[in-house]
Amino acid sequence: MLEFSILFPSILGGLTTGAVYALIALGLTLIYGVLHIINFAHGAALMVALYAVYLLKSHFGIDPYLALPIVVPGMFALGYALQRGVINRASHGKDENILLVTLGISIVLENLALMAFKSDTRTIETAYTLSTVQIGPAFIALPKLVAFGGALVASTLLLLIVHRTDLGRAIRAVAKEKQGARLMGIDVDHVYAMSFGIGLGCLGAAACFLLPAYYVNPQVGSGFVLVAFTIVVLGGMGSFAGALLGGLLIGVVESLCGLFLGESLGQIGIFAIFIAVLLFRPQGLFGARA
Amino acid sequence: MAEPLLRVSGLSIAFGGLRAVQDVSFEVPRGRLCALIGPNGAGKTTLFALVSGFLRPDSGQVMFDGQDITGRPPHLNAQAGMTRTFQIVQPFAAQTVRENIAVGAHLHEPRRAAALAAADAVAARVGLAAQLDKPAADLTVAGRKRLELARALATRPTLLLLDEVLAGLNPQEIADMIPVVRGIADDGVTVLMIEHVMQAVMNLAEQVWVLAQGQLIAAGTPAAVTSDPRVIEAYLGPGAAARLQAGEAR
Amino acid sequence: MRRDLPFIVFFTAMMVETIGVLDSGVWINFVAMALFTTLLAQAWNLLGGFGGQFSFGHALFFGCGAYTQAILQLSGGLGAWPALALSVALAAAVGAAVGALSFRYGLRGSYFALASLAFAEVFRIGALSLDITGGGVGLMLPLQEGFSRLQFGSRKGYALVLLAFVAAALVVSSWLRHSRFGAQLQAVRDNEDAARAVGVDPFTVKLRASMMSAAFMGAAGALYLQMFQYIDPAIAFGPAISVEALVGAIVGGMGTLWGPVLGAVVLHLLAEGTRNLFGQLPGLNMVIYGAVLVLIVTFLPRGLAGLGRSALVAFAAWRERRHG
Repeated sequence: MLEFSILFPSILGGLTTGAVYALIALGLTLIYGVLHIINFAHGAALMVALYAVYLLKSHFGIDPYLALPIVVPGMFALGYALQRGVINRASHGKDENILLVTLGISIVLENLALMAFKSDTRTIETAYTLSTVQIGPAFIALPKLVAFGGALVASTLLLLIVHRTDLGRAIRAVAKEKQGARLMGIDVDHVYAMSFGIGLGCLGAAACFLLPAYYVNPQVGSGFVLVAFTIVVLGGMGSFAGALLGGLLIGVVESLCGLFLGESLGQIGIFAIFIAVLLFRPQGLFGARA
Repeated sequence: MAEPLLRVSGLSIAFGGLRAVQDVSFEVPRGRLCALIGPNGAGKTTLFALVSGFLRPDSGQVMFDGQDITGRPPHLNAQAGMTRTFQIVQPFAAQTVRENIAVGAHLHEPRRAAALAAADAVAARVGLAAQLDKPAADLTVAGRKRLELARALATRPTLLLLDEVLAGLNPQEIADMIPVVRGIADDGVTVLMIEHVMQAVMNLAEQVWVLAQGQLIAAGTPAAVTSDPRVIEAYLGPGAAARLQAGEAR
Repeated sequence: MRRDLPFIVFFTAMMVETIGVLDSGVWINFVAMALFTTLLAQAWNLLGGFGGQFSFGHALFFGCGAYTQAILQLSGGLGAWPALALSVALAAAVGAAVGALSFRYGLRGSYFALASLAFAEVFRIGALSLDITGGGVGLMLPLQEGFSRLQFGSRKGYALVLLAFVAAALVVSSWLRHSRFGAQLQAVRDNEDAARAVGVDPFTVKLRASMMSAAFMGAAGALYLQMFQYIDPAIAFGPAISVEALVGAIVGGMGTLWGPVLGAVVLHLLAEGTRNLFGQLPGLNMVIYGAVLVLIVTFLPRGLAGLGRSALVAFAAWRERRHG
């Protein structure tokens, strides 16, 4: 069981999945780091993005990778509108309200999808869906490899935005000290909405990379949400390095657990980690003590 | 001499590199009204948190009524007779004044009706009788300070730790509160108050400690302490004592 | 001051009358399901409304109750009523365990909500994988009518049993509003540090509330099994029940006595109304629940009961102005 030829593909598979997980988690941790809210709608938003990519392929024949310039800005706009129009207005500044509002949004989105698409699982067919690449003793599906590369590129872009642009500076200012930032003339509401938009934009990118190797149905969001939260909590709320490393780590853990415990029980490994981190080290690996 | 109600020895705590409280020791005798003063950031509230159990000290000991209570959780200390108030008032915002105070009364009173009645009585003592049915969130700053005091009083403490109960009040409100605090002490409650309002300290306190940068720099009567050059310098900066003396000499 | 008791008694008596008098199967079903949702919302309200701890995975206790009720009868050969008692007790024990873990480590706010979701998911996956819970297929209770088997020919019987638990939950909620424990619980909700400073032990208080809340959820789960003779992991531990419980409580008004009742009725009226307008679409109910949740939190954070309270306050003020 512990043969290299069995472990290696599992770990490799875990890393490629983990990279996409990391991209999802990056959006979530950005939203938490800036707005200090736990976005319960993150999974549902990913589901929306996946359906968008699916529909673009099935109705317009647009390849998922080529759909990036459509889906990412689209998700960004959705995020901006949601934050500015709904969440901001509903929260009245209280954290518990935001919790409930994002939960409500996730319920609405998931079930609208259920109504529109029924609970069928859908996949797409592309020229490269079935191609594989050989790395050592492992055969990795090409889409997964592209996903790995794409997720890393997207993450790098995100980090560049946050650390090298004016917007990024504003975001970091608001994250650190909202009132001070406001006094400096930064439009905090706008920055909030931009951050939320960027967070959802990450989901758009993740969806484009995910769909060729994966599938979509209305429940897919909730599957990702807890994994994303586990990563963010493990890595440390608001820490980008944590989200990246955490994503890769969780991807590998999930893969290995699936190998040893079987598909369905494999997920339990993740939740066990989640609960353990919440209880024993809530600040995660890189986060600050709440 | 009777055993002091509160004995603090060698209490220290550091946050990262910041030594917030350094080797502080003092004793509060039973039935007295004492004050803890010092410039902002001296560590007074941190000291209260250490004494009452909200923080665990890195070293040192807290003895309350002869028992070692170092690091014991606050609710157990309250049950034993030590209650603290907060510098930044912490009301139960959604509840009425009466309900707020009743939570304190319930520490020793299991029945609801009796606790509510006790709340009414305590409210009358601090001058909140007219506002008993108001939600706590609707009170003014002065009202909230009184509520904070009332809720603590309702727990029938032997030692009351008041953290800047006069901060943010205007002169009239301060003048109204001073006799209330005096009355509490006259009833036999030992009071240790953190205060910036010197008028109250001079008026009320029998014994004063001065904390600066986490260390106890002076102890004595209010008059002695306020003319101590080290205390003056802690508040006004180095050289201030000499300048003041030179100014007086002229 | 149990001014609430006469109202609770009146409500219960009125409901018994109504159930007895109703002829239409549709309306009896409506009443039974509304009572079911009420019980869910009341259970959530104990920990979430009065205790301020928002659980997003409250189905955990529901599922435990349902599966225990099934397993005890199917494999244990127990009667339905003894099984019910044990299911409630087990759910309370799970409530104690989960509560002890969560509160011992100081989980609050979003972290507590997340943890509750995770616990429910773990149990769902567990139920999917174990043989004793029937795996993905779930468990079925053989149809055997009879009071001693807690199975009734018409929904009326179930409605009455549910009503008994709803009334019990009303009494418990009223007790929370007028007791020392309730005062301490709400103090912890409103300001945990201030509560500690006046002698309240947050851990013990939250733990007890968690147990009470879990017990009622467990009862609801066990009764669900009796009513539908079927349970599976998705129903038992899935989001549908968790959401129904929390939306019912929030829409009605958290931390109030009648809020859960109001919330449950309104949600079911909405569901009925939309079903008549749009037909039986899967997912439509939940869309309504989610939308209502967002709307209530935005515009009516105190819920419908809060609306009633504001109306009363406004009315009293108006009267004072006229006569004062």
